[in-house]
Amino acid sequence: MAHADHHTEDLLRDLALRAARLRKDIVQTVYDAGSGHPGGSLSCIDVLTCLYFHHLRHRQDEPKWSDRDRLVMSKGQASPALYSVLAMAGYLPHDELRTFRKANSRLQGHVEIKVPGVEFTTGSLGQGLSGAVGMALAGRLDKKDYRVYCVLGDGETQEGQIWEAAMSASHWKLDNLCAVLDRNGLQIDGPTEQIMSLGEIPKRWRAFGWHVVEIDGHDHNEILRAFHEAEHVKNMPTLILAKTVKGKGVSFMEGSLSFHGRPPNKDEYVKAMQELDDMIERAQTMMGVAP
Amino acid sequence: LSEFALTGENPKYKTTRDAASQTIINLARKDERIVVLDADLALSTKTVRFGNEFPHRFFDCGIAEHNMIGIAAGLATCGKVPIAATFAAFATGQVYNVIRQSIAYPRLNVTIYATHSGISVGGDGATHQMLEDLALMRSLPNFAVVAPSDATETSKAMEAAIENPGPTYLRIGREDEPDLFSDFDDFRLGKGVTLVDGSDLTIVACGTMVKQALAAARHLKKEGTSARVIDMHTIKPLDGALLEKAARETGAIITCEEHMVVGGLGGACAEELAQRYPVPMRFIGVNDMFGESGSAKDLIEKYGLAPKHVEEAARAVLLAARPAPAPRPAAASGRT
Repeated sequence: MAHADHHTEDLLRDLALRAARLRKDIVQTVYDAGSGHPGGSLSCIDVLTCLYFHHLRHRQDEPKWSDRDRLVMSKGQASPALYSVLAMAGYLPHDELRTFRKANSRLQGHVEIKVPGVEFTTGSLGQGLSGAVGMALAGRLDKKDYRVYCVLGDGETQEGQIWEAAMSASHWKLDNLCAVLDRNGLQIDGPTEQIMSLGEIPKRWRAFGWHVVEIDGHDHNEILRAFHEAEHVKNMPTLILAKTVKGKGVSFMEGSLSFHGRPPNKDEYVKAMQELDDMIERAQTMMGVAP
Repeated sequence: LSEFALTGENPKYKTTRDAASQTIINLARKDERIVVLDADLALSTKTVRFGNEFPHRFFDCGIAEHNMIGIAAGLATCGKVPIAATFAAFATGQVYNVIRQSIAYPRLNVTIYATHSGISVGGDGATHQMLEDLALMRSLPNFAVVAPSDATETSKAMEAAIENPGPTYLRIGREDEPDLFSDFDDFRLGKGVTLVDGSDLTIVACGTMVKQALAAARHLKKEGTSARVIDMHTIKPLDGALLEKAARETGAIITCEEHMVVGGLGGACAEELAQRYPVPMRFIGVNDMFGESGSAKDLIEKYGLAPKHVEEAARAVLLAARPAPAPRPAAASGRT
């Protein structure tokens, strides 16, 4: 866990390359499975990359280390993103991603706790933040300084349980809790503002007693700064409102409703992989690594 | 067994919620992993006493049961041993899918401690008279489901629930219950207890209906019917061996529960016996209808949960198990 407010170019280039490779893993995983949720995985992958490859205190060779920071993936359909990150971090063999959504695999369609590195089972939306509140309370009881992170979908915050949890986190002054709202603007049936308006999100969360930071959820520097800021907020939980693009990184998936919950077909797959290979190559060039 | 359980005389009433609450406190003094959550009913569930003794380990979540269940799950992932308490209607039906995904599927060590189950809740009416909770909780993989009958058994059941490494649903009622056990050293989850031996039929009961089963057995004895009584405190995992033995030895079974006859103890016993050793059965419980406001006594009577209803069922099941011999064929004299 780094606390520097200024992030070196080397770090940002490393994160950019990792995020590009992870985007490719996500598309490959969903394509191999023949089903899954690429759009919302691609929108939150920059946040996950910054957490697992810089900010989060964790040990891939000791997943149950008691002092680790916890991450709850409340939007459990973004399993391709989390599983790709856990594979890159060394929690699971990279080849295991090919078993995603297949019988006898550990990698179920939605995120679950039996996978090393996963803290909480999710899938039916709205439940993760309560679990994160419980983990934050346990940390306080045990006088541990670990932090708890929770990634929320924006459509997910239409669930009432999210607001019960939000109320309790500020009531108990859980400054060791930080939620990230992946604001990609789309849910299955359409844009959130058409289906069930989320209104002025910062106002709503502030009214519930949260510190709110608004960022570009694809800008690694802003993401890291926001996590750093959250660590210094006292007596209240922090919500990072990460403005993102659903399907980010694959031109024809960006802002697409259709790729919420379907894999690319063969042609789309080939095109997506070409685009992501180009992205990886650019990132490598930036790092001075021969492609 | 107590004098009351044996004779029906000198009942000594205790509040089962007090027993549950005191047991949690006693265990928590030795085990600091134990934490308690409630949802604005701490005065009724009696967890308020735990909160007074361990303020930092007590979380009143307000009127937000979904969040309470989720927080309990989060605490459990960090090695805490949470007990989440509220009325049975809110502890199950209100939050079923949160229990399912956040506790049952990941098999977390959470005890859901539900009070005010059944029709004897009384005046609060159907909204609060939870009669489907055993069916709901029994259908969840990984869950143990236990419905103790008196204060002593409630205490033992709470100890066992906390000790059980998986999730447990513990259900009691609102009314004070007469002591049935004078002591109880060998309580085990999943092991029913034969309270009274008998040879003509077996009454299998749980929770508040165990006392009714005992009363019915005493009355039947006066009629010359020998009824065995089993306290089946654990509905899941069900003690199939004890049940089969009773079926083989007595040939007829009655189940009794303060719950719908659908999906609860009766359903569980029928499923087990249908495969092990089918015998005629009758089911005492609420028959596919909602309750209403009234005194516990009046409602027990109206909804068919009194000892006399058990006795009627006993007569019916005996007739089914041992039908009167068929009349002899008519004499041939009518023939030509």
